[in-house]
Amino acid sequence: MTALVVIEIENGEVRQASRSALTAATKFGEVDAIVFGKGADIAAQLPHVKNVFSVEGLTHELAEPSADILATLAKDYSHIIASATANGKNVLPRLAGLLDAQPIPDVIEIKDADTFVRPIYAGNALATVRSSDTVKILTVRASNFDPAAPNGGNAAVKTVEAPTNNKSTFVKVELSNSGRPELESARVVISGGKGMKDEANFKLLEPIADKLKAAIGASRAAVDAGFAPNEMQVGQTGKIVAPELYIAVGLSGAIQHLAGMKDSRVIVAINKDPEAPIFRIADYGIVGDLFDVLPELEKAL
Amino acid sequence: MKILVPVKRVVDYNVKVRVAADNSGVETQGLKMSLNPFDEIAVEEALRLREKGVAKEVVVVTIGQQVAQDVLRTSMAMGADRAILVRTDDALEPRAVANALKAIVDREQPNLVCMGKQAIDDDMNATGQMLAAKLGWPQGTFASNINVADGKIEVIREIDGGVETISLSLPAVITADLRLNEPRYASLPNIMKARKKPLETLEASELGLDLAPRLTTVSVVEPPERKEGIKLNNAAELVEKLKTEAKVI
Repeated sequence: MTALVVIEIENGEVRQASRSALTAATKFGEVDAIVFGKGADIAAQLPHVKNVFSVEGLTHELAEPSADILATLAKDYSHIIASATANGKNVLPRLAGLLDAQPIPDVIEIKDADTFVRPIYAGNALATVRSSDTVKILTVRASNFDPAAPNGGNAAVKTVEAPTNNKSTFVKVELSNSGRPELESARVVISGGKGMKDEANFKLLEPIADKLKAAIGASRAAVDAGFAPNEMQVGQTGKIVAPELYIAVGLSGAIQHLAGMKDSRVIVAINKDPEAPIFRIADYGIVGDLFDVLPELEKAL
Repeated sequence: MKILVPVKRVVDYNVKVRVAADNSGVETQGLKMSLNPFDEIAVEEALRLREKGVAKEVVVVTIGQQVAQDVLRTSMAMGADRAILVRTDDALEPRAVANALKAIVDREQPNLVCMGKQAIDDDMNATGQMLAAKLGWPQGTFASNINVADGKIEVIREIDGGVETISLSLPAVITADLRLNEPRYASLPNIMKARKKPLETLEASELGLDLAPRLTTVSVVEPPERKEGIKLNNAAELVEKLKTEAKVI
């Protein structure tokens, strides 16, 4: 059996989430990789990878040409895998549509070549499913697989021509560069909720994040209220994180938020409402006003 | 232009589900059911396009049991013009739903399919992409803003590091992110009016659809429970615990 893993390159490096997908892919036997856009030479250094398909002609990760290329390669593979990033979730189901297969999204555990565990109902249940598809198409939850090393391998790079597909065109991208670790791969995450009261107060999290080298997250309520940008949202509809330490500040702990962080190793909650659901899953809680506790915390660190 | 909006009936987002004692699935009997929140946003967006004069007709469709017609009525109470129920008692995967939706698209010939990015029960986030593939149409997933002009649709999409803008030729499939809009409430008069709007029922068995599942559910279990935590009095105590007990900083 050979697996094909989709590798995403960001700022000249393989994304950590893709290295986690590679770890998942190695459970099926041999591994080939594919890179849409530049960076196949960087992916070629990944361990365990035999061949890297380079599709340099694709300057942007549009779903239509990416899925088309994967569909032409699919017959040689038992599994096609990507991390459950925005890109993975965009492209792999389209590939499944082309192959008339049923994708298996957000896999958290691989039992065997056909059997996978995935969360359903916002993580309130774990389903084990067995696939009867010839080619299994899966996205994996990065926080459940240790990322492979970024180097140590020496794969052969094979060039693949990008198909022309004029049904979709890229216009522009606007990234918010925070200079902080990526939310999904940060060892420590500090998140603010609606209790932060306004956008300016999110700055109170920054000195603490600096000291802990943490990424800053937000609840959906905080994002909807305009306190924080969308890409900071942690939850069922945002990012799924499982850091060593998750600090939830002024955040009640709605089902949808818990779905995105309840597998964190240690959870801390700071909230003035002792009945807030977040305290039910927090390892350590402080009942108090965040505007008093945050400065104290900064000092104590 | 005509817009088709696929909708799904799911356990209400506020309800915490319980796993069945025999681990065969999740108990949904007697629970409050609602229109999937992402689909509500898709319906709203289609209605806004009609109100802007971009679209003439908004058709909602669902695939499922007879009882699923309540989410079609809800959608029509919001303002959709008419509804189609593809009736089946089978448990459906996104692949089956995409096949059924393709049959409806072939029949209805919409210019745009506007749907939710994921259902909050199976959390698959796949049907829109699969449908687009089966139709050979372009896709604009996780849309937080759309603009239709000159036979094209410009879509602002939520991506990991921020947002990106793409332009798609029509017909196309878009899937709605939460940020796309704030859905309206259906007023009582509109709920009454919706009862008189046309709701067509088609038997899935008569459409010759391939709805067979490709995934077998082996078991469904509760996620591991976390052990109960402790409350601390101040930040200094917290830092102490994080250093010495949890050893995370």
